[in-house]
Amino acid sequence: MSTTLSATRGVGDGGPDDPPSPPAPAGRRRRRTTPRSTLTRSSGLALGIAMTWFSILVLLPLAAVVAAASEGGWDRYLSVLANDQTWAAVSLTVGQSLLVTAVNVVVGTVIAWVLVRDRFWGRSLLDVVIDVPFALPTIVAGLVLLALYGPNSPLGVHWAFTERAVTLALAFVTLPFIVRTVQPVLEELESDVEEAAASLGARPATVFRRIILPALTPAIAAGAALSFARAISEYGSLVLLSGNKPFETEVVSVRVLTFIENGNTASAAALASVMLAVALVVIVALDVVQRRVARRW
Amino acid sequence: MSIHISHVTKRFGDFVALDDVSVSIPAGGLTALLGPSGGGKSTLLRIIAGLDTADSGRIEIDGTDATDLPAQKRGVGFVFQHYAVFKHMTVAKNVAFGLEIRKRPRAEVAERVDELLRLVHLQQFSHRLPSQLSGGQRQRMALARALAVEPRVLLLDEPFGALDAKVRKELRDWLRRLHDEVHVTTVFVTHDQEEALEVADEIVVVNEGRVEQVGTPDQLYDAPANEFVMGFLGDVTTLAGRRIRPHDIEIGLGPTLAGSVEGRISRVQRIGFEVRLTVLTDDGEVVTVEVTRTHARSLQLTEGMAVWLTAADGATTVPAMPAVLTAG
Repeated sequence: MSTTLSATRGVGDGGPDDPPSPPAPAGRRRRRTTPRSTLTRSSGLALGIAMTWFSILVLLPLAAVVAAASEGGWDRYLSVLANDQTWAAVSLTVGQSLLVTAVNVVVGTVIAWVLVRDRFWGRSLLDVVIDVPFALPTIVAGLVLLALYGPNSPLGVHWAFTERAVTLALAFVTLPFIVRTVQPVLEELESDVEEAAASLGARPATVFRRIILPALTPAIAAGAALSFARAISEYGSLVLLSGNKPFETEVVSVRVLTFIENGNTASAAALASVMLAVALVVIVALDVVQRRVARRW
Repeated sequence: MSIHISHVTKRFGDFVALDDVSVSIPAGGLTALLGPSGGGKSTLLRIIAGLDTADSGRIEIDGTDATDLPAQKRGVGFVFQHYAVFKHMTVAKNVAFGLEIRKRPRAEVAERVDELLRLVHLQQFSHRLPSQLSGGQRQRMALARALAVEPRVLLLDEPFGALDAKVRKELRDWLRRLHDEVHVTTVFVTHDQEEALEVADEIVVVNEGRVEQVGTPDQLYDAPANEFVMGFLGDVTTLAGRRIRPHDIEIGLGPTLAGSVEGRISRVQRIGFEVRLTVLTDDGEVVTVEVTRTHARSLQLTEGMAVWLTAADGATTVPAMPAVLTAG
C-alpha cells in the first residue's frame, strides 16, 4: 500500500501547511449568514415570559443588593474588605470551595464512571443514595456529620469546629453535582468510539485521556460550577459543625448573617456583592478552561 | 496477510452466535461476509479484530497466532457502521490519531495525513469537525483513519449501512477502486447481496452462526450450495418442485417444450424495465416469472391467460426443501 501512496506523494506540493486557511473563512461566513433573530410570535412570547420571570427572581434582587452595597460608595466596600475578620471569612470560603470542587472533579467522575460502567451488587442502591446529601435538609446534614465527627465521635475523629469540618461539610453537600452531570454524558458515549481508538493502537489509559475525558469535560465543568456555587453559599450544614469561630471557621454566609443581625445591612450587601463577583469569575473561568481542554486534543 | 479462522465458537448466554466456524480469508483480496442480520457475521469480524473474544477456537493473522492478542496489538484497521468519529477532533486529527499515539515525528504525521485525505478526497475538509461532514464523508474519514496505521488487514462492519441508497452505491464503487489501489487484505460485513456480488472478490455466506458457502460471486450465484444461499443471493421461486430464479423461467403460449408446466397468469406487475408475472400452475404452485417488458409485450401477456412454463437451458435449480421432505 505504501508504494501506491508514495506515487501520489509527488502531486501534493502544497504541503501540510496549505489547507488550514480555506475552512476558517467558510465557518465565519456561515456564522454571518445565520439570522440575528429567529423569534416567531410564540417564541417571542416565551422569551418574554422567561425574561420577566428571570428578572423578578434574579436580576432585580441582585441589582438591589448591588445598589444597597454601593450606597456607601467605594469607601464602604474598602472598609468591609479591609476588615480582617471579613477577609478571613472570604478567603476561607473561597479556598475551601475551590478545594472541595477540585476533589469533586476527581471523585465525582470516578463515582459516575463506576455507576455507569461497572455492574456490581448494590449498584442501583448506590445510585439512589448519591442524591441523599443533596436531598437532605442541610441542617440535618450538619447534625449527621456532627454525630460522626463531633466531640462524641464514635470513630474517634474530632474534626468539629476546625477548618477540616468546613471541608467535610462542603464535600458532603456538593458530592452529587459532578456525579449527576457526568453520568448521563458517560451513558451516551458510544462504545464503538473507544473500540476504534483501541484498534488504532491506543492503550486504555490513552483512550481515557484522549477520547473519553474531552467528551466529559463540559459536563465536569458544569458540575464543578454547580458544586462551587453551592459550596460558597452553604450555611446550614456548617452552622453546627464548624462552630463559626472568627478567623478560623467562620464562612461568608455566617459573616453576612452577623452583619444583618447587627443591623449593618450595607456591609452585608457589600460582602454579598463581593461573593457575587467571585461566583461570576469562577463560573466564567471554568467555562474558559472547559473550552481550552475540549479544543486541545 | 491472510486470515485463518479455525473452530471459532462464540455464545452470548444461550444464544450461539458462532458455531464452530472455520474459514480462510486470502491475502490481498476483498472478501465479503454476507448473511442475514443476527447471523453472526459481525461477531466474527469483531473477533478477528480482537474487539470480542471467542469462547474457543483460533485466529491467525498473517501466519501468527492472534487469538490472545488485544485489539491494539493486532495491526487491524476497523471501520464501524456508525463511523465512530472522534467528535472533538478535526478531520485531520482523527486521521492522525493512530500515528500520534505511535509518537511518529510531526512532519511525517502531517505528510501521511495529507496523503490519506487526498486518497479519500477530503483534503479540503481537513480542519472541519466531523459534525460538519455528511455521512459518506465521515465514513471516508473513518476509512482514512483506519488506513493511517498501515494495518495488516482492514475490517469494515456494514460500512455503508447507515447511508442512503445513492451514496451507498457511490461509496461501494469507490471502495472497490480504493482496494485496487491499496491492496490491503479487506473483509467487509454486509447483509446486502447486491453489494457483496458487486464489490467482493470472494463471498463467505454466514447464517445462524455457520458458514454456508465460500466462493466467488459467480460460483455462489451459479452453483449455490443450498437453498439458503440461492435464496439469499437473489429472488427465487418454485417450479415443478425445484427452486429456480424467476428470470430463468421461459414462458410459452403453447405446450411446445417438453416438461413444460401449464398455468394461468393471475397477476401482471410492471417494475421499470421488467414485468413480474404471478402464475398459478395446474399443480397448485404459485410461480413468479420475470420477463423483459418487450418480451411481455410481444407475447401480449395479460391476466387470466394460459401459459406454459419451462426452466431455461442452463438455469440454476436447487431441490426445494419442503418438497424433498414430503417426497422422502
